[in-house]
Order: sequence, then structure tokens, then C-alpha cells
Amino acid sequence: MKRRSDAFSSLAGDPRIRGIIAQVILLAVLAGVFGWLISNAADALSRQGKVFGFEFLNDTAGFGIIQTLVPYTERSSYGRALLVGLLNTLLVAALGIIIATVLGFLIGIGRLSQNWLIRQIATVYVETLRNLPLLLQIVFWYFAVIGSLPGPKQGYSLFGTFFLNNRGVFLPSLVLEPGSGVLAISLVLGVVLAGVIFFVARVQRLREGRSFAALPAAILALIGLPLAALIATDFPVSLSWPALKGFNFQGGVQLLPELFALLVALSTYTASYIAEIVRAGIEGVPRGQSEAALSLGLTRAQALRFVIVPQAMRIIVPPLASQYLNLTKNSSLAVAIAYPDLVSVFAGTALNQTGKAIEIILMTMLVYLSISLFTAFAMNIYNARIKLTER
Amino acid sequence: MEGRRPAISVLEWLRVNLFSSVGDTALTLGGALIVWFLLVPALDWAFVRAVWTGDDRTACIVKDAGACWPYIGARMGQIVYGFYDVAQRWRVDLIYALGALGLLWLTLPFMPYKRVAGVLMLSAYPVLAYVLLTGGMFGIDPVPTQRWGGLLLTLIVSATGIIVSMPVGILLALGRQSDMPVFRWTCTAFIELVRGVPLITFLFMASNMLPLFLPEGAAVDKLLRALIAVALFSSAYMAEVVRGGLQAIPRGQYEASKALGLSYWPMMGLIILPQALRIVIPGIVNSFIALFKDTSLVSIIGFFDLLGIIQSGNSDPNWAAPNTAFTGFVFAGAVYWAFCFSMSRYSQAMERRLGAGTKRGQ
Amino acid sequence: MTRHWNSLAFAGFAVLSLTSPAIGAGGPTLQQVKAKGFVQCGVSDGLQGFSNPDDAGNWSGIDVDVCRALAAAIFGDTNAVRFTPMTAKERFTGLQHGEVDLLSRNTTITMQRDVALNLEFTGVTYYDGQGFIVKKESGVTSANDLGGATVCTQTGTTTELNVADFFRVRGLEYKIVAFDKEAQAVEAYEQGRCDTYTTDQSGLFAIRLKLANPDAHLILPEIISKEPLGPAVRQGDDNWEDIVRWTLYAMVNAEELGVSSSNIDEMLKSENPEIRRLLGVEGSFGESLGLSNDWAVNIIRRVGNYGEIFDRNVGAGSPLKIERGYNKLWKEGGLQYAPPIR
Repeated sequence: MKRRSDAFSSLAGDPRIRGIIAQVILLAVLAGVFGWLISNAADALSRQGKVFGFEFLNDTAGFGIIQTLVPYTERSSYGRALLVGLLNTLLVAALGIIIATVLGFLIGIGRLSQNWLIRQIATVYVETLRNLPLLLQIVFWYFAVIGSLPGPKQGYSLFGTFFLNNRGVFLPSLVLEPGSGVLAISLVLGVVLAGVIFFVARVQRLREGRSFAALPAAILALIGLPLAALIATDFPVSLSWPALKGFNFQGGVQLLPELFALLVALSTYTASYIAEIVRAGIEGVPRGQSEAALSLGLTRAQALRFVIVPQAMRIIVPPLASQYLNLTKNSSLAVAIAYPDLVSVFAGTALNQTGKAIEIILMTMLVYLSISLFTAFAMNIYNARIKLTER
Repeated sequence: MEGRRPAISVLEWLRVNLFSSVGDTALTLGGALIVWFLLVPALDWAFVRAVWTGDDRTACIVKDAGACWPYIGARMGQIVYGFYDVAQRWRVDLIYALGALGLLWLTLPFMPYKRVAGVLMLSAYPVLAYVLLTGGMFGIDPVPTQRWGGLLLTLIVSATGIIVSMPVGILLALGRQSDMPVFRWTCTAFIELVRGVPLITFLFMASNMLPLFLPEGAAVDKLLRALIAVALFSSAYMAEVVRGGLQAIPRGQYEASKALGLSYWPMMGLIILPQALRIVIPGIVNSFIALFKDTSLVSIIGFFDLLGIIQSGNSDPNWAAPNTAFTGFVFAGAVYWAFCFSMSRYSQAMERRLGAGTKRGQ
Repeated sequence: MTRHWNSLAFAGFAVLSLTSPAIGAGGPTLQQVKAKGFVQCGVSDGLQGFSNPDDAGNWSGIDVDVCRALAAAIFGDTNAVRFTPMTAKERFTGLQHGEVDLLSRNTTITMQRDVALNLEFTGVTYYDGQGFIVKKESGVTSANDLGGATVCTQTGTTTELNVADFFRVRGLEYKIVAFDKEAQAVEAYEQGRCDTYTTDQSGLFAIRLKLANPDAHLILPEIISKEPLGPAVRQGDDNWEDIVRWTLYAMVNAEELGVSSSNIDEMLKSENPEIRRLLGVEGSFGESLGLSNDWAVNIIRRVGNYGEIFDRNVGAGSPLKIERGYNKLWKEGGLQYAPPIR
């Protein structure tokens, strides 16, 4: 008896064997727990007369959605509703990322400004917005700020062109008429040409130390080409002006109040994080670098542009990417203010109408997970690249 | 630093800090405009034009009225206790008081027996809070969790998250660094899975999907399900913070511990973790702050936490006035801000103190 | 056993464990209800007239009274009931999974719910229909004027689908803003985000009372859907289904026979055989349900007949002041009709 327990303890004492035993136990526990959960779910589903499956995606949704970037009617399928929700999520995320980046860089630089007042304002901004729950900010913008705006008839207007009221923001929009294909082509060409100009300028600068004025040339290409196309094709575009008709404004582009509130809250909140990242990035560049640049005769702006920023970007970009990801995930809080994003439309309305809780929640998680993994993948490539250029 | 600088005149300070050049002056003027158009109206609204007394909305429907503070006063009971029975609120008070005392003990630098206090706060205190709040034992009346709300619920959710996510996060981080592939894969998969999705989908999972995965008849309280979701979610983030600390420990520390004959757990518990955790204290506090802010999401799945109770109060017809919603949100914001800001300040102070202790002469 | 599993599965959370009493759904529901001493009743999370908690947390409303009547029938005590507020989203899962013994939560009876969700509806407590509320200043007086309107509604309900059908059939333009919670949808409507809010008409009356200025709002006359509201139980326990169904029928029959909480003692001496059977003086209908024979007496004495419940909660005797309308007895031109007890 004693011997056996000795043998056992010496066996268990060997860390390698103990490790294997522990792993086998973990595997067994995991398999057991998952098996148990799945069998429970299977029981529950059969009790409720439900079948696990994704056929419901082809069923008619039957409900309306207020903002659709692709054609969608009540007769469309749940699968289509999923796509509409996903595109709405991507729309708010893309707009939010642009605004948050601009705002975040401004405030981050403001935090390091030599001007005392600007520094204080930037600090107060960061310390306030970072320490308030995002959800609170979203519902504040929606229910307190936009909610207290007057209705369409009494709303604010700027030059009779832009309108702001509790139905959202209304802007004039471009209406493309037949023949505007040339304009689209010229736009694309303009962008390509601008890219080429920058590239040539860069090559020339690397080779000769200085280059022609790339920026004005690029702007000329960007604006001049489409303008020429417009004149050549006798202006095939017209503007649609928002005008009050019946209950609401018709015509133009409407920025839904839900989108507006979500966008403002998401981008101002994320900007407070981006500002800190930018500050840390610039502070992370050793002081000697800017001193050396200045003593070489570069101006302050040139030193920033060619010496500080390129080095700071290496520190800034990885956490910046994770903030972009956070912003995208945080856009799911749209459900609190009825913006029809992925969670609101699919994990909200569609889940309620179909009762397919397991399928829908798993699919929703999978979509976000794919976005996250894609970002992580892109970041790995970026990190590998900046490592290579290190000298 | 500041004190040693040679004294300069006010004018000199202004010149250097506000008007050093034309551009600088323009910036100063721009900043002054921002302050003038944001800060002044805000203070005016919150204090000067604010309504301070009244019994219902009539007091706040005055022309040019600012914040409607009596609304907050009338709702204070619900904001602090939720729907907890009025006669039983002493139990919540007791928990609040004990918690505040415990936290003071732990955070004030000059208090002795910190270890004892820490152990008590992590073991006896949660048990006591659970017994007192739920009731139904020792002759105190049961109070169902549906009645918990307001700040009480916010604090319960965040405290549970904090207490659970610390150990679970450490275990996950160790698992992710482990030599044993099964542990490493499991922990990595869990962490990346959780961090890849928004918290709200996790909460929806807990409220809509989890019941299906439990055996028939095993009804798990709705609040417990939400607590589990929040705790698991923050554990994954905590694990990444702790991993950062573990990676910063030089290999020599591991090798030295092994050379001393320490096996895995003593090595981790006595040598590596104390150092790793110390490095990442700011990160830990940051995830506590994030967690505290994230608790507001439980209002989406039907709980009346601080934000939820303010939102439901904003539509109270007795207080319907143009400034009610503003006042409610500003008040809730002030409470959240006070908690988050003091946590971040505490972590900065802590960082400085620890930094001073570990810095060596060069 | 379930208790054991429960504690095992969540041992990690034992410190803060909040497991509610495990509710088995295995055997006949009545046995379990009797064993635990109360009925667990799923109600809405706050709808005046149907189920609404006051400041002290006491529930009242038609749906609540159905639960209380059931408690009276089983225990002779209207307080032997506990209420679980449920969102529209949670309600069916909660019932199917045994969190509640019955769902009495202004729930529309539909074929899909009855057949595909494996629920049993046990009768109609209130014949409702979907309507619209608008601001009087909009000048709209009929639902047909709503073309181009923005409509606020709550997701997860039949209303969201009905409103789509309504506008589609008439070829009218509309925009829908669908909120997760009713309170927020109403707040958005009141702030002017939407031109109209839509839900069951009874709900609109309740909501109008909670608006800052109820007189500024108009409930449009049109009803765009059939919404028979009634309690639901899980499929598979016929005895429990019978008890809930006949509790409701007893209240309707009592009104038809003129038996009320105020005259119940006299009625016990009545010679009318229908009344005698209802009150258990003749026959043993209560025992055949597994209850005592005075089950209906307990219901009527402690809760009242259908007319009393209606008046007290939503009708003339309540702040809502909803007309009886379709909810009149069949003899008076309404739809409320209960099969006889015999």
C-alpha cells in the first residue's frame, strides 16, 4: 500500500508527467462542460419545438429599417437585414474613425502645446470624456441634446440650405443625371494622378534632396480634372435641396438623429483616448531628435513633419488601431438609441421576431470577431513592415 | 521642480505661456473663445439659472430656467438604493459604510495591517454584503434582486467584476504563458474570443442564450447571469494587462528562481507575480475604470443601475420639464466621473510612490 | 438535484451567488406550486392597468389580478404569488424554461406562439388592437393621414410587423424608429422624434396618462390589428392549463351570473343551479381540478368577477377610463364569453 502511494507520488512529482495529466484533465473537463451545455441546449430546443439551423435567414423579415445603404424592404429576408445592419455599423465606424482621428490628433498635440490655455483645455477635455461611460454620453447626446431641439417646422436653418432639428441634419445632395459617368471616371483619374504626383515627388526628394511643389499639383489634379469633365459634359449633376413637405423634410441628404448622436458620442469619446496615444507617441521620441533637427536648420514644422512624426507614428499606430477596433465594437451601443446597426437590427429585432437566440447571437459575435481578427492581421503586417524599415 | 524655478513676474509668465508669438496669441484667443462659449454657459446653467427648490415640475418650468436640481433631490432615494424596500435600506447603508471604511483603510498610506484589511475586504466583506443584501437568512427579510438598483447595483456589478476578474485574469494570463499547449490554447482562445466581441453581445448572450444551455429547471437569477458575463468579460482584459507585466520580467528572474529549486507555483506566487503585478498597477486600475464605466451597459438588458434609473426618472411626468433630462444626465455623469477620476488619480499617485521605491541610483 | 448542479456549476461565484430557488418543471406544475407555497407569475416590467408596481413595489393591474385570482383559487390567499417582471424579449424563454409558472403579460395570442413556441394560451383577458397616438397640434385625426410619418415603436413585438403591413397595404410611405424599450420609444415620441407612437390601444391609454400633458395627445380611432391578450402556460401540463383557463372562466361566469365580491355571501345561499355549481355548493368541480371546491368563491371574494377587475384596473374606476368595448359580456354585445360550468 505504502509503496504504491510512493510510486504514485514520484510519478506525480515529475513535472512533465504532471503537466500531461493536468492537460488531459483540462481537456476532459472542457469536453464535459461543452458536451453538457450542448446537450442541455439540444434538450431545451427540442422541448420548445425548435430546430437549430440557419434557414430562417431566407425568411421574410417583415419589419422596416429606417436607414438602408442597400435596397431593403419589408419583403426582404433576414439575411438581407443582417447585411443592412452590418453596413450601418461599418458606416458609423468609418465616419467615427475619421472624426475621432482628426479630433484626437488636434487634442493630443494641444496637450503638448506651449500655450498654457490650450494645454489646459486639452487636459480638461481628456480627463472629462475618458472618465464618463460612453453609453451615458450616447444617451445624453440623443435624449438630452437632440431631444431638446425643436421640430422640423421650428428647427434651425443655415442659409435655407442646411437644416438642424429633432429629425436630424439635412444637407443638399448631389443628384447624378445620365452622362455623369464621365465625371466619376475623371474623379478616379484625379485621385490616381494625385497619387502619382506624390510618388514622383517622393522619389525625386529621396534622390535629390528636394522636389517640386507636390501638394498644389496634386490639388490641381484632384479638382481640375473633374471640373474639366463637368464643363465638357455640360453639368450632368444637379443639387437636391431639402425642403419641408408634410411631416418632414424631403430631398437632400438626411443624417438621422440616431446616427448623429452616436457619431458625436463615439468620436469625441474615442478622440480622448487617441489624444493620449498621440501625446505618448510624441513624448516617446527622444528630445535630442528634435534638437538635432532644429540645429540642422529645419524649421519647427519641418522638424515635426520629417523627424518627429515618422518616429512617433511607430509608437502611435498599434494602439491607434486598437482604438479603431474599440470604436467599431462600441458602435454596438447603438441599440440604446435605436440606430439600426448590426446588434440593433439583427441581435435585437430579428432575434425577437424569430426567437433564434443561439444562431443569431453566435452569428453576431462571429461578425465582430472577424472584424477584430482582420484588424489584428493587418496590424501584424504593419508591424512587420515598420520593423524592416528600421535601420 | 516648480518651486525651485526662479520667480518670474506675472507679465513674464503671461508672455511666455500665452502670448509668445502671433500664432500663440491667436491660439490663446481661440481658447478663450472656447472657454467663453462652453464653460460660462455651463456654469450659468448649473448654478446661476438653476432651480434649487420645488416639489414638482412647475418649479422647473420657468422661463430661462437652468438645471432642475429638486428633481434629483426627489429621486435621491431611488438613485442610491434602487427599489430596495425603504424599511430595509439600513442594510445597504451598512454595506456602504463598511465598504468605505475598508477602502479608506486600504488606500490611506499610513494605516497599519493592510494585509489583514485586504483579506477581510476580499473574503468576509463580499459574504457579508451578499447575506445582508439578499436576506432570507438569520431572520432578515429577503429582498429579491429585481429590487436592487441605482448606485447600489452599479457598485455591486463593478465590485463583483473587480473581485472576480483579478484572480481569473491572473490565471488566464499564466495559462496563456504556460508551456502546456492545452492550457495555452484554451486561455488564448478564450481571451481573444472575448476581446474580439462587444460587451453588449456578451450580455445578450447571458440574458437570452445562457438559459437555454442550463438544464431544465435550473433557473439562474438574471442578475447573476449578468454578473457572470461582466466578470468573464473583464477577466479577459485583465489577463492581457497581467500578461504585459509577466513579459516585462527579465528571464533572469525565472532562471534564478529555478536555480533556487522553486517549482512553478512558488516561483510565480513569490517571485514573478509580485513584481509583474507591481509593474502593471496603472493598467489594472485602468481596466477597473473601464469596467466601472462598462457596468452602465446592464441598463440595456433591463437593469436599473445608476444610468438606467436616471433614464427612467427622466420620463417621470411629475418632473417633465425642458431641463429634466439634462439635469439627470449631468448628475449621473458627475457621479461616474467622481469615481473614475479618483481611481485614476489614486493609480497615478500609487505609480509615483512605487516608482520612487524601485528606482535605483544610476 | 438541480440545486446541486446549480451550486456546482457556479461554485466560483458562490460568494455572491444569487441563485433563485430552483423551479422544477418536471412534474405537474400544481404539485410544485403547492410545495413552494406560491405562484411565480411573469408580468410586464411596468404597464399601467395591466401590471405596474407602485413606489412601494406592490403590483396591480388586470394581468396581476389574473395571477392573484390563481393564487386565491389554489391557496385562498391573493398574496401567495410572486411577480417576475419580464421584457418582451425574455418572456417566452422565461416561461419555457420554468422561471415562471405562467405568463400573464399583455401577450397577444398568435398561431406562431401557440404552435411553434409550444405555449398554451388559456383564454382572452382583454381584446385589444393596435392603434396610434399623435400630437393634437399635428392636425392628424385618422390613421389614413399618416402617410410620410415617422413612427416610433418597440422591437420584439407584433406591433412592429403590423405597422409595416398597415402602411404597405395602403401604399403609404413611412419611417420606423424601433427602440429596445417602451419607455425610450415613448420619450422619443414625446420629444418629437416621431410623429406617432404605436402599440396596443390599451397601452396607448396608459401611456397618455404618463405624458407631461395628456390632453395634447390624441389616440386615433382606427385599430389596425387583432390583439387578443391572454395568459400563457407551458405545453404539456393539461391540469395546470385547465386551472388557469377555468380561473379566468370563473370570473367571467361570475359577472354574467351577477356574482361579485360584495354579494358573494348572499349568493352562496342562491337557489340558481348555475351559481351553485360555480360556487361549489353543488358538484365537485374544484376537486376535479385538484383544488378545493370553494376555489371560485375564493377568487370572487378576494379578487372579484371580470367586470370588477376591468373597472378597477382599466375601466371607469381607474385613471385610464377605457370603454369596455369588445370586452363587454357577449350578452351585452361584447366578446367576453365563458363556457358554462357543468
